Amino acid sequence: MSTSSIARRKAPVAAPPRQNGGSKRENPMSRGAAMLIMGVFTLYFLTPIWWLFVSSTKDVGEFTTTAPLGFTADAIPNFFGNIGRLFAYNDGIFLKWIGNSVLYAGVGALLGTLFAAMCGYALAKYNFRGREAVFNVVLSGVLVPATALALPLFLIFSQIELTNTYWAVFLPSIVSPFGVYLARIYGSSSVPDELLEAARLDGSGEIRTFFTIAARLMSPALVTIFLFQFVTIWNNFFLPLIMLRDQSLFPVTLGLYAWNSAIGQNPELRSFVIIGAFVSILPLIIAFLSLQRFWSGGLAAGSVK
Amino acid sequence: MQRKFKTVAMAAAVVSSLTLAGCATASDDAAPGEAAGDCAPSDGPVELTFTSWVPGMDKVVELWNEQNEDIQVEFQTGPNGNSGTYQNFFNEIKAGNASDVGQIEYDALPNFRVQDGLENIAACGDILAAGDDFVDWTWSQVTFGEDNAVYAIPQDSGPMAMYYRADLFEAAGIPVPTTWEEYAAAAALIKAEGSFITNFPKTDVNWFAGMVWQNGGQWFENDGDNWGVELTSPESIEVADYWQALIDNEEVSALASFSDEWNNSFDTGQQWTWISAVWGASTLSTGAPNQAGNWRVAPMPQWEAGGEDAGNWGGSSTAVLKGSDHPYEAAQFALWLNTDPDALAMANELGGLYPASKEGATLPAFTGESEYYGGQKIYDVFAEASANVIPDFLWGPTMTQTYTDVSDGFGTVLGGSGTLADALAAGEEKTIEALKAQSIPVQE
Repeated sequence: MSTSSIARRKAPVAAPPRQNGGSKRENPMSRGAAMLIMGVFTLYFLTPIWWLFVSSTKDVGEFTTTAPLGFTADAIPNFFGNIGRLFAYNDGIFLKWIGNSVLYAGVGALLGTLFAAMCGYALAKYNFRGREAVFNVVLSGVLVPATALALPLFLIFSQIELTNTYWAVFLPSIVSPFGVYLARIYGSSSVPDELLEAARLDGSGEIRTFFTIAARLMSPALVTIFLFQFVTIWNNFFLPLIMLRDQSLFPVTLGLYAWNSAIGQNPELRSFVIIGAFVSILPLIIAFLSLQRFWSGGLAAGSVK
Repeated sequence: MQRKFKTVAMAAAVVSSLTLAGCATASDDAAPGEAAGDCAPSDGPVELTFTSWVPGMDKVVELWNEQNEDIQVEFQTGPNGNSGTYQNFFNEIKAGNASDVGQIEYDALPNFRVQDGLENIAACGDILAAGDDFVDWTWSQVTFGEDNAVYAIPQDSGPMAMYYRADLFEAAGIPVPTTWEEYAAAAALIKAEGSFITNFPKTDVNWFAGMVWQNGGQWFENDGDNWGVELTSPESIEVADYWQALIDNEEVSALASFSDEWNNSFDTGQQWTWISAVWGASTLSTGAPNQAGNWRVAPMPQWEAGGEDAGNWGGSSTAVLKGSDHPYEAAQFALWLNTDPDALAMANELGGLYPASKEGATLPAFTGESEYYGGQKIYDVFAEASANVIPDFLWGPTMTQTYTDVSDGFGTVLGGSGTLADALAAGEEKTIEALKAQSIPVQE
């Protein structure tokens, strides 16, 4: 509730200021050109997804024999047939992978957001020695690519015998330096010191203050962090690739990659890879659409502050 | 620390066994510590791990587990070797927790050998004697021609032959080529018909190596210490010049292998032949479903009329990785996996593997008629090809790198500049650099 009202309140500020006196009317030519460019790029980005959708309604033979972007006559029965075979193949391993991805990304993003929020809030609202040093270290974490850390992580996890377990993928996923950065920036501007003072005077403990007041005020940023983290973990494939050997632990990205690389041995997998890829982006689309309101509000608010 | 202790303990064990047992097992010339002598069964039940990316291998492992209560194998998987599993093996060997048994393709084995990633299982029971059960060339792939050494058990192979459109050749009155000379002549005639005789696969450098292999060429040499690189050997250049001419005359297409367009060109009759391995049979039947009944298989065209040489494209082995606690049991499992008729039948049905074992070729799956190929017994052709693959072809220790470099060069050629021979020369130069960079001795 409160999140949407904040977003709404911010909206007028985020919108571009009205032109004064209309001295600079917008040129219809440039407007048209902009629309054209936007249209071309939209097409450019959506075509592969359209292809994926269309392809998932074809049976194996039709991939190579029919028009790549047009539906075939029996698209609908084929689509359901394909989905059925996909989920039935190899004792339903695909459903397991989707479930794993939801678990890794869902729980990982939730905890990652919580930790980032607490850390960012602490850095924003408490004065302590070494605060800037801590922040800079966290910030430098943003610069290190996750792939560069995968191998050292593997060697460390090998020492404590945690490779090829759920934890090997989950533990590194709940760390989000970028989230800490965003939470600090947003927290320092959106949570007034006076409010915290008042809460303390009323006898609220620090932890209670954080969850009942600060976290709510920061919620647009938290939704942003959650989405970022969710997408990052969902798409992360290098870490699971290095850590996991047991296919019942695979996230869907790694599973599809493994199938794709085995097409040489079993060409039938080709259709499963395509349909599986289509199914695997659905949860991401759902997450984006359902959180879109908070997400766009959060982004705009961050940029103005 | 741990490793050092292990080496010392192993050396001590070897020395004591030599003095006490009077040199019963270890070979005389093997270096201490890596003697192929100390491979004994473990006491009590054993648990092994096995990593493979072949679809259906988990089912084969289940079969083993049912039959061997004392040696239980846990199946692990991942992407195809060069897509990540090899790198994982190396990481795990470094971390000391590698699988006991792993699948490794022949062209990657020397890399594992050079980096000391394989156990020598020659003394693990009757492994050494099992050599006779496998097609000759596959066995020399896993022994590297060394005495008293076996570094893996051959699994599958990819003997090559020529898939061709019998109907099109007949309708056009063009004879099916049996030599490369006839093949080039047919290519010109087929171009006049508006189609291609085949596609030149610029990224499948190991396909090209199969061509060189058939021509009696070698790309690498090893005299025990130094590696020789000969991508530009006369046989190799002969193959390069041959295909260069076809490319220059625009008699071959240049589609990306295994892509949709590629499949489509086979399905719509634009390609009349495909020189490919035995596993290509299912690639073709899946990718070109509309041509069911029109394809046939014949031996590869020959460089000399009446010849019988065949090349090989692909194939893999089952290796016992360095650091395994139970090399004896691991070796027994690997041997069973690749010789047991039920295991081989399953690996073929689920994973499309063509066995390297001689007995394997007599499985029902390989003796029947293939519906897609007009009822032809195509595996007879491949069995013959398999026997005619030249045995001592050697892969280098940096094949991934070599493939990339040569493939880059091939891409430039198809883009219209340079020649295939240039690409091989550049690949040779870069391979030598790569070997030196890894401190692998090179003879020049």
